[in-house]
Amino acid sequence: MSAVISTGADWDFELLERYDSAIARIAGEFGLDTYANQIEVITSEQMLDAYASNGLPVGYPHWSYGKEFIRNEQAYRRGMQGLAYEIVINSDPCIAYLMEENTVTTQALVIAHACYGHNSFFKGNALFRQWTAADAIVDYLVFARRYVMECEERHGSPAVEEILDACHALTAHGVDRYRRPSPLTMKAETARLAEREAHKERQFNDLWRTVPIAAASTSAKPAKNFPEEPQENILYFVEKFSPKLAPWERELVRIVRKLAQYFYPQSQTKVMNEGWATFWHYTILNRLHESGQVDDGFMFEFLKSHTNVVYQPPFDSKHFGGMNPYALGFAMFSDLRRMCEAPTDEDRTWFPEIAGSDWRKTLDFAMRNFKDESFIAQYLSPRLIRELRLFAVADHRSESSLKVDSIHDDAGYRRVRKLLAQQHAREDRVPDVQIVSFDRDGDRSLTLRHTQRRGRQLNDAAAEVVVHLRRLWGFPVSLETWEDDVRVDSIDAIAA
Amino acid sequence: MAHLIDRRLNDRGKSAVNRERFLRRYKSHVQEAVRKMVGERKLADLEQGGEVRVPRKDVAEPAFNYGRVGDREHVFPGNREYVTGDRIPRNSGGGGGGGGEGGEGGENDAQDDFVFSLSREEFMQIFFDDLELPRLARTEFGPSRTFKSIRTGFAKTGVPANLAVVRTMTQAIARRIALGGALARESLGLQEAFATATAVGHAELAASLHDRLARIERRQDAIPFLDDPDMRFRNRIWRPEPIARAVMFCLMDVSASMDEDKKDLAKRFFSLLYLFLTRKYETVELVFIRHTDDAEEVDEDTFFHDPRSGGTVVFSALELADKVRHARYATGWNVYAAQASDGDAFGADPARSARFLRERLLPSLRYYTYLELVPPDSETRASTLWAEYERVAEETRTFAMRRASSREQIYPVFRELFRKEAHS
Repeated sequence: MSAVISTGADWDFELLERYDSAIARIAGEFGLDTYANQIEVITSEQMLDAYASNGLPVGYPHWSYGKEFIRNEQAYRRGMQGLAYEIVINSDPCIAYLMEENTVTTQALVIAHACYGHNSFFKGNALFRQWTAADAIVDYLVFARRYVMECEERHGSPAVEEILDACHALTAHGVDRYRRPSPLTMKAETARLAEREAHKERQFNDLWRTVPIAAASTSAKPAKNFPEEPQENILYFVEKFSPKLAPWERELVRIVRKLAQYFYPQSQTKVMNEGWATFWHYTILNRLHESGQVDDGFMFEFLKSHTNVVYQPPFDSKHFGGMNPYALGFAMFSDLRRMCEAPTDEDRTWFPEIAGSDWRKTLDFAMRNFKDESFIAQYLSPRLIRELRLFAVADHRSESSLKVDSIHDDAGYRRVRKLLAQQHAREDRVPDVQIVSFDRDGDRSLTLRHTQRRGRQLNDAAAEVVVHLRRLWGFPVSLETWEDDVRVDSIDAIAA
Repeated sequence: MAHLIDRRLNDRGKSAVNRERFLRRYKSHVQEAVRKMVGERKLADLEQGGEVRVPRKDVAEPAFNYGRVGDREHVFPGNREYVTGDRIPRNSGGGGGGGGEGGEGGENDAQDDFVFSLSREEFMQIFFDDLELPRLARTEFGPSRTFKSIRTGFAKTGVPANLAVVRTMTQAIARRIALGGALARESLGLQEAFATATAVGHAELAASLHDRLARIERRQDAIPFLDDPDMRFRNRIWRPEPIARAVMFCLMDVSASMDEDKKDLAKRFFSLLYLFLTRKYETVELVFIRHTDDAEEVDEDTFFHDPRSGGTVVFSALELADKVRHARYATGWNVYAAQASDGDAFGADPARSARFLRERLLPSLRYYTYLELVPPDSETRASTLWAEYERVAEETRTFAMRRASSREQIYPVFRELFRKEAHS
């Protein structure tokens, strides 16, 4: 169709633009819906900076980011760790950082991967749509940075650091998993009250006055527990109800909480997000090759990078570091496409509504409506379980050895799939710790409850976290661990 | 259509502020490490960065997390031999046999200390913090001149681009010989025995020898051709371009009354002068002269760490310094001298020394500093040497003297020196 865009390894901005427009055209043909792109070229030093701040372009100052930076820098300097080709930020416009050291092939790969793959995922996936305001995040970060620095000026950095340290310990427990109802406007609230009055008036019957009433029991009503329902968003509760926090401290809690919420979808869609982006860079660059816009040399280099990315070392390899989300995600999306285009009998039995359907619609639906846990539970096929040779190992306290729970055979497919899905659930990593009571009328103490399942205990750091929370709360805090309605453990922090 | 932006020229030190915060938070660890490095290093090597170790648990950020206790299942890829119901012993580690816990295998590594390096500037800053230098002095030490990158041997870590292939392969050969030598010898012996056994026709023995040979061969095969410890990388450092040269004479009284504490103080005093000189001159040579009742020129180790006993004759040291200067540094050198002593001097020695200093030594010196080390708790009156030197100080402008009993008093000795430099 058109001539080869470039040969050789060097790139310049004009070339990047030509690759971008070629890739954009193909992405459009496949129907990818994206935010506008902003591509920024940075040096390796700047990449290290970006690493330290979770990839965000601005961040508030804190020692833990310094630690991250030192760790990465050290590893990079010694040649123990390479740097990512890119970092992409879920914002509108979608910002992608490209390293200047990349060859032109890598830049094209990265543009397809980040600017069209990740970007469309950010825009389409339900979790991101619900929880992140892509158009506001950069502004919020700027605000957060300025606010933290102002607080440091006014109250001294040790005081600020103390609050931030305490909040950081609780970030995983500072997110909402369900939306709160938005507060009613004044008008709606007035209307609601008026309607309630009107309803009472309609129901009025003078007869009720004549019914004798039993003497009201004099014994005091049992004190109502507060909060009425256990609260899982600990930082939110602290922000709203902490008896002692100064307003600026509350705002700091809020900042950490907001950022935690921003990252909440990312941690749950790693497999899907990376898989989706990898699937699309693979599909788009292959299309570029088919239409003659890139040469074979380009493809060889691209395929080398691509296979490195999607390599899944077996469990007994020294390179094994858990399931590779790129490998699993890419394999699953590719497998989905295969089921649509060339279904086997097995696929027809297991996935009757997918086998033979339009692959673009099926993939689009999968991308929009799932997170890792449900995506695996829904779409991991027996064929893929066989290909990856997945097997589950059970580690039970009551047994002296590990047991192979299930493998890639007829009896095991469903079980392996379920376990792999659970393994990617947030609940598998983040313990269930909730606030069960705040003694508002007494000593203002706060009680947390860890609901333990299957004997999985908290690690030793829990005591430190309780001390951090004590610092935020200002009054005694205790953490109780319950399993099957039996209290098994407790940690108290009376004095910070 | 994407919007392309070139950000390469934007500020890069974005993480500097966070790094500084990290250092501040772990200041006690860093200071301790710096103190140790100062003690171990030679004066001339002092001005380098260094490595700091912080125990991993001190830098950990706590969060509610699961420990290792409890029932769980885990899915792994790459099954080859297992079927449902197989048992795998716990903690069988990596390798083909077990690996059920392979995912957590990395955790032990994570228990190591958190190690990071201090840059030269950071090291110096902390070093000076300890000495309570005023800001002015720190900036004086801050900026460095033009540097040249030079090869300095090989290092065990580095980036792949710097891999020294020949050196690496040499290491690998050495390691393979070291690991395989014993096996080769054993194999040779067995082969002979095997040949004999076959010749004699002792079939049973021959078979068992053959088995053992095969086993040894397998072990030989298992020695990796190339392994991580073999890696050698070309190392480069930045060395300043020489501009001018100076020599610094360190004179110290090492009689019995100079204990380790006083010597440590003296070392810091000498270091400061040395650092100051390295700012001004790109090559600085050091001459160490110690004296009791007799003076001798020694190397640095002996100077600081070898105790001697005897009386005190300051004059002998001054005389030797003058002799060395004449012999080796007569022209083309900026000569500085620093003397540390507890001031014990007897009879005619103080007066004679002061005169010699004034008449012979000082005219050919750029600057002379004298530090008298006194015990921290006592209000000792001025020593006889101090009294004599005081008169010298009144007369000349290239002479400074101070008394010090602790580290933070070291700096003022140099204050005058710095002020002079600012004027000239």
